[in-house]
Amino acid sequence: MADRPVYDVLVIGGGNAALCAAIMARRAGARVLVLEAAPEHFRGGNSRHTRNFRCMHEAPEDVLTDAYTEPEYWDDLANVTEGKTNEQLARMVIRETAACRPWMMGHGVRFQPSLAGTLHLSRTNAFFLGGGKALMNAYYRWAEKLGVDVEYNAEVRELHFQDGNFSHANVQRRGFNDKIVAKTVVAASGGYQANIEWLRESWGDAADNFLIRGTPYDTGHILKVLMDQGVKTVSEPSQCHAIAIDARAPRFDGGIVTRVDSLSLGIVVNRSAERFYDEGEDFWPKRYAIWGRLIAQQPGQIAYSIIDSKSMGAFMPPVFPPIQANSLQELAFELKLDPSALEKTVSAFNAVVREGSFDHSTLDDCRTEGLTPAKSHWARKIDAPPFYAYPLRPGITFTYLGVAVNERAQVILGDDKLMGNVFAAGEIMAGNILGKGYLAGLGMAIGTVFGRIAGREAARVALGG
Amino acid sequence: MHSADKSTNSIPFNLIEQSERAMRICNACRYCEGFCAVFPALERRTEFKEPDINYLSNLCHDCGECYYCCPYAPPHEFELNFPKILAEVRRETYRKYAWPGMFKNLFNRNGLSLLIGALLAPIVVLLSIYVWSGGATLSTAYSVEEGSFYRVVPHTVMIGIFGAIGSLVVLAFAVGLIRFWRDMGEPLASLLNVRAVRRAKMDAFSLRYLNGGGDGCAYPDEMPSHARRWFHHLTFYGFGLCFGATTVAAVYHNVLGYEAPYPFWSVPVVLGTVGGAGLLVGPLGLLWLKTVRNPELADRGQTGLDITFLVMLFLTSLTGFLLLIFRESAAMGVILAVHLGIVLGLFVTFPYGKMVHGIYRFAALARNALEEQGHAAWQRGAK
Repeated sequence: MADRPVYDVLVIGGGNAALCAAIMARRAGARVLVLEAAPEHFRGGNSRHTRNFRCMHEAPEDVLTDAYTEPEYWDDLANVTEGKTNEQLARMVIRETAACRPWMMGHGVRFQPSLAGTLHLSRTNAFFLGGGKALMNAYYRWAEKLGVDVEYNAEVRELHFQDGNFSHANVQRRGFNDKIVAKTVVAASGGYQANIEWLRESWGDAADNFLIRGTPYDTGHILKVLMDQGVKTVSEPSQCHAIAIDARAPRFDGGIVTRVDSLSLGIVVNRSAERFYDEGEDFWPKRYAIWGRLIAQQPGQIAYSIIDSKSMGAFMPPVFPPIQANSLQELAFELKLDPSALEKTVSAFNAVVREGSFDHSTLDDCRTEGLTPAKSHWARKIDAPPFYAYPLRPGITFTYLGVAVNERAQVILGDDKLMGNVFAAGEIMAGNILGKGYLAGLGMAIGTVFGRIAGREAARVALGG
Repeated sequence: MHSADKSTNSIPFNLIEQSERAMRICNACRYCEGFCAVFPALERRTEFKEPDINYLSNLCHDCGECYYCCPYAPPHEFELNFPKILAEVRRETYRKYAWPGMFKNLFNRNGLSLLIGALLAPIVVLLSIYVWSGGATLSTAYSVEEGSFYRVVPHTVMIGIFGAIGSLVVLAFAVGLIRFWRDMGEPLASLLNVRAVRRAKMDAFSLRYLNGGGDGCAYPDEMPSHARRWFHHLTFYGFGLCFGATTVAAVYHNVLGYEAPYPFWSVPVVLGTVGGAGLLVGPLGLLWLKTVRNPELADRGQTGLDITFLVMLFLTSLTGFLLLIFRESAAMGVILAVHLGIVLGLFVTFPYGKMVHGIYRFAALARNALEEQGHAAWQRGAK
């Protein structure tokens, strides 16, 4: 035991925030250990599925057009969170994003221009060349180069505290339970969206039909451990980011490709072949994140996007081929829906479609009249065979419930006292800033900014600075 | 959109099926868009038929970037290994477009190719000289005097044999190119599109798509590196300089009336020496990179193809240098015969070995340039 190294900073987790913290702490001179629960191939948490970083900038940069200033960034954030944000922390993140990219590039991250089909993000979001896994690979390479110790398949089971300070962790690795002593700890272990049992507490049996878009290793265990220590929490257990994804997707880790973007072009029906929400309420990028929740509320948590040949090819091609038929009856048969119910729904819809001049890039005048629920835009009759369907289920991206932190990334207790040597970064604390709603690339922004702060501050505390 | 000619359809169906599935995943993801030409070309399509797959597989430079950053790479259940599947298709396209078709199996029998190129051809040349010029010539014809080479092999015989083989090789390349071009659904006339060809030349001669994000590509492993690009440049331009040396020598001989061997500081020898150095170092470097490359990505069926080609290029240069060094010794005759035999072997195996990758890659780059300009046949048809 005497030879066991005492680490200055123990980082729990292996995603973007964890590696940013580890690299910063190591650069500050600390001895750093990263414990990643996943095996090496699946390292990187949900970050391996991400693709961009929402970035404030005053003038055009290499891959960013125009400018995206603090007031506009803040407005966007205030808008989606409807006040569920900590303005001080949020503004700090926004300002810090402007300085992050040179640091990221200095650690091997490469950027590329906005992807085809995402031009609406070319001003606000910097895309990673090769996506989030490429970013994680770069950070792991640098961590290794700088002398950060990294262990995979290492699951932290317990955190032990003495007089309100973290003292050591118990870790399950290589079949053994080991004690790891460190002067400080950074919790960067993500949300709990892969913990179906925990999701059931908010969603009941419906959670059994949820598909988890990202890593299966985000069980929220460390979040629970900290909650048991009486830390102050942010956001609510019922809050999660959920979109409609293809029902044929894998239970975990399906990532970006399982998205289905045909919903606003046709109709969406439930198991009873009935429509349940306005498919044309607003632009798809603004509305796609409500459909996970909508489908979660439908019987059996299943729905079907139905389009006809007019709409085929007008949206990002999904990974699974559509279910295809030459008549609605046949399609209903393939989907195991009641054929007469589907025909009734479609003919009722077709009968009240007021076709104007169809334009998917504007809020056009194609809509239904006197139908509940209405379809406000892009309503066209579904009458041109072949007909196509994509089965849909709720796809959970991440949960929002997290631990409260201050501007130094220190974890705050229920009585507003600070945990002196416990820091948090990434999804485990993103709820401080994003208490609800969603902004593309904000998760990576929070993870990078707070990861860097947590690493720097943890090193400072550990090294007595 | 495209119609594949059934009679020449020789790509195994399961490979097409696997490629189609892989391309669907990539087209729904698109994270790799900035790496190379393959992904933007893929994104111009919504479905992937055999001609599309053949095209995209030849557009791929096998740099490996997309594998390392792929969230769906094994052990993910999608088991997406995009570079490997494209390499497997590529090998099948070499067989598919080969002319005459009876030789296409040489693509699978690399040992035989190496035997023909490195052993059989030199032996045939040696024996021929022995029979026709007599064994004594081989050992007595050495000197730096003008014309000493041609006492071993008469100039007309050399020109005649290499001319005939060279013409057949060019013909085989041309037929393969035309077959690939038509398979992609392009009319032959679009091969004359100046802008597209110029763009393809720039992409090919600079190896633009082995540049990664500017810091090189993921070859032989995850770490970005320019090694493969530089070794390929050494090989390609080395070969080019050697070819240039031969061309200058031909002009010297036929137009100016100077006869080989030429002095050390003559244009043909300098070009040959510099090019030959590239042709020694380049293939060795590429062979070394092969041995250290991540085996997960390699199409094992192509390893022999690569090794054969690289070894032949290396031997061509090596025997050339030996000839330069020993041209004043009694060994000159034999070395010249072996060198000519190796060069002959290299040429004979050109259309049925890795050399064809250059032809199809160039054609795929030209097609890509046409598509970027909106001038590909299917784009014009769709308008």
